[in-house]
Amino acid sequence: MKLDEFFVTGDPLIYGADVSIALTLIGAIFVLTYFKKWKWLWTEWLTTVDHKKLGVMYIIAAVLMLFRGGVDALLMRAQLTVPDSSFLDANHYNEIFTTHGTIMIIFMAMPFLIGLINVVVPLQIGARDVAYPFLNAVSFWTFFMGAMLFNISFVIGGSPSAGWTSYVPLAGLELSPGVGQNYYLLGLQIAGIGTLLTGINFLVTILKMRVPSMKLMQMPMFTWSSLITMVIIIFAFPVLTVALALMTFDRLFGSHFFTMMDGGMPMLWANLFWIWGHPEVYIVILPAFGMFSEIISTFARKTLFGYKAMVYSMVVIAGLSFLVWVHHFFTMGAGGAVNSFFSITTMLIAVPTGVKIFNWLFTLYKGRIRFTTAMLWSLAFIPNFVIGGVTGVMLAMAAADYQYHNTYFLVAHFHYVLISGTVYACFAGLYFWYPKMFNHRLNERLGKWSFWIFVAGFNLCFFPMYFLGLAGMPRRIYTYGIGDGWMSLNVLATFGGVLMGIGFLILVYNIYYSFRYSPRETTGDPWDARTLEWSTPAPVPHYNFAHLPEAKGHDAFWIMKEEKKQGKAPEKKPYKPIHMPSYSGVPIIMSVFFFIAGFGMVFSWHWMSILGLIGVLATMVIRSFDYDKGFYVSVEEIEETEKKTTL
Amino acid sequence: MSNNEQTNSHSHFPWSHLIGFGLSIVLTLLALWVGFASDFSFRTIMIIVVILALIQAAIQLLMFMHITESDSSRIQVGTILYAVFIAAAIVAGTIWVMSFGMHNMNM
Repeated sequence: MKLDEFFVTGDPLIYGADVSIALTLIGAIFVLTYFKKWKWLWTEWLTTVDHKKLGVMYIIAAVLMLFRGGVDALLMRAQLTVPDSSFLDANHYNEIFTTHGTIMIIFMAMPFLIGLINVVVPLQIGARDVAYPFLNAVSFWTFFMGAMLFNISFVIGGSPSAGWTSYVPLAGLELSPGVGQNYYLLGLQIAGIGTLLTGINFLVTILKMRVPSMKLMQMPMFTWSSLITMVIIIFAFPVLTVALALMTFDRLFGSHFFTMMDGGMPMLWANLFWIWGHPEVYIVILPAFGMFSEIISTFARKTLFGYKAMVYSMVVIAGLSFLVWVHHFFTMGAGGAVNSFFSITTMLIAVPTGVKIFNWLFTLYKGRIRFTTAMLWSLAFIPNFVIGGVTGVMLAMAAADYQYHNTYFLVAHFHYVLISGTVYACFAGLYFWYPKMFNHRLNERLGKWSFWIFVAGFNLCFFPMYFLGLAGMPRRIYTYGIGDGWMSLNVLATFGGVLMGIGFLILVYNIYYSFRYSPRETTGDPWDARTLEWSTPAPVPHYNFAHLPEAKGHDAFWIMKEEKKQGKAPEKKPYKPIHMPSYSGVPIIMSVFFFIAGFGMVFSWHWMSILGLIGVLATMVIRSFDYDKGFYVSVEEIEETEKKTTL
Repeated sequence: MSNNEQTNSHSHFPWSHLIGFGLSIVLTLLALWVGFASDFSFRTIMIIVVILALIQAAIQLLMFMHITESDSSRIQVGTILYAVFIAAAIVAGTIWVMSFGMHNMNM
């Protein structure tokens, strides 16, 4: 292979990216060396098994990926603003919408939510760590290495260009001969390992590590939504694993699972992809629902309305989510009976979702509402998500879908549910739990600027797309003619997209500004909140709770505070040594080997993939014979820490 | 703090894991042989492979998943019922959905 085949050449945008990647790397290495931070980075962060630090790393990675995916989005908008634009060529445009979709779903939405789950859920259930802390680190690092493998594709070897759904035969060897599609397969496969491990880890954590006094039906709603999400992950992700493996075999080893010839079934890929893909939609929306529940309840100063209805509707969603997948390919033409069945199940899922919307409205009803930034995101979510949901029911009608499908109507629909659902929730959750992570709040003034600009931009960008879709503009085209009459709405959409970009930049600036100027927290409870994570002091000690808290009902921390007001102070008990897991370098090293193996497979350099897999196996053996059972935090250290923290 | 209660049960040699691992490999090789090298009819092959898969699933649950060791049987039963439901929905659903236009293929 020649060097100019290895590196992507010929496009000034890519050269720009090369330069910025090189400069960022050099800058990071320089800063770390200059301030002598390498050892600190390794011992405090890269080897950590602390759920709070892993959560923070997830969120940092997700924000980086949001930037990358957002740049992709703006490039697409730039291309589509005017007809017959020659800013991007057809292939480059295909690559960009493919990476935009894949990155936003797999490497932005999921890690952002999993990051917040990591930080918050163990604290909410009164646990000192997750059930399998080592596994948690493996989860993060395999996700991170999978994401990196996918991301380098655009400078080394070429990006995938068959859409984030990668339908065959387009994604097959004949029509996508380059290495791009291999990056997609291997990147997702490696990141998928991490997601599956997270599913198992948090399922066990929530079921087994709660403080003994907390019953299932007393868990905070975010914990409940995480539990249901983990169940869906455990059942949905193996399907993706198998589907990716089969396509990898097709592309690398000449098998015929999805090929046009020799008995392959191309549509089976679409079928398997969406058996995973539809539950995936609920994997990224249910934790968002949970966060909105917490935030709305906190800032309406009321306990959540219809707790049981909320839980049961999520259970129903978890069941139904596996019965609707065909609505993603009604137009395959599987027949009237099949389409009618999946049409009805799809419409049914609107019922439990509607129940949840009403519950949030009734929680707000007669509440004493505080309009913080986190609350604003949650309030904006309700009307915007309803627009997305209602158009979803329109798309659910199989007969009507023949008209809507593959147009911008669909694009508008899923951005309305994913952005106003998941992305608003990520921002709301970030503002809400930021003081738990970094011991200071994000600036509210900047936060509100960013909120209004982003929300206005979002609606300006995507609402016109419904009408573009109805006017017949197909998705995934790189340009259109002046005679099509789509220009004015496209200009509006691009304007909205730019506003969203500005909103995001203000958020990033806010992170820097608040780090410099925000006052540090003096209590662990800045919002007068209701659940146990706010009962921890500021900053949260690495063992979370010196004494395990007691949960006496819903909103356990609220009950504690009420009792304190009535003068019932909890008696002071002596501290006991706390057992904690040791940090380990094995997860990151194992994941680097996964990366090497994946990179080798992408280029069919089998010596390299075998070497990488041997490394993976070796690190597993090392872990198996590791008899380190953790350590005890001494009573003196606990006393010292508790004195320093403020409560 | 998570693992210290469990460490005692791991101190002996993990025979059940090893036997389960060996049996899984044997069953997989058997399925491969039935699929590639045997002279059974297509129907027989499918039946044998499905039976072998069910046996292997049972081995996984018994040898690796500690299904008999837990006291929280309600959660176990619930999870297994849900798993059976999902598996049935995926397999039966896929066959139903993908059987369109199958009349011109040799199946």
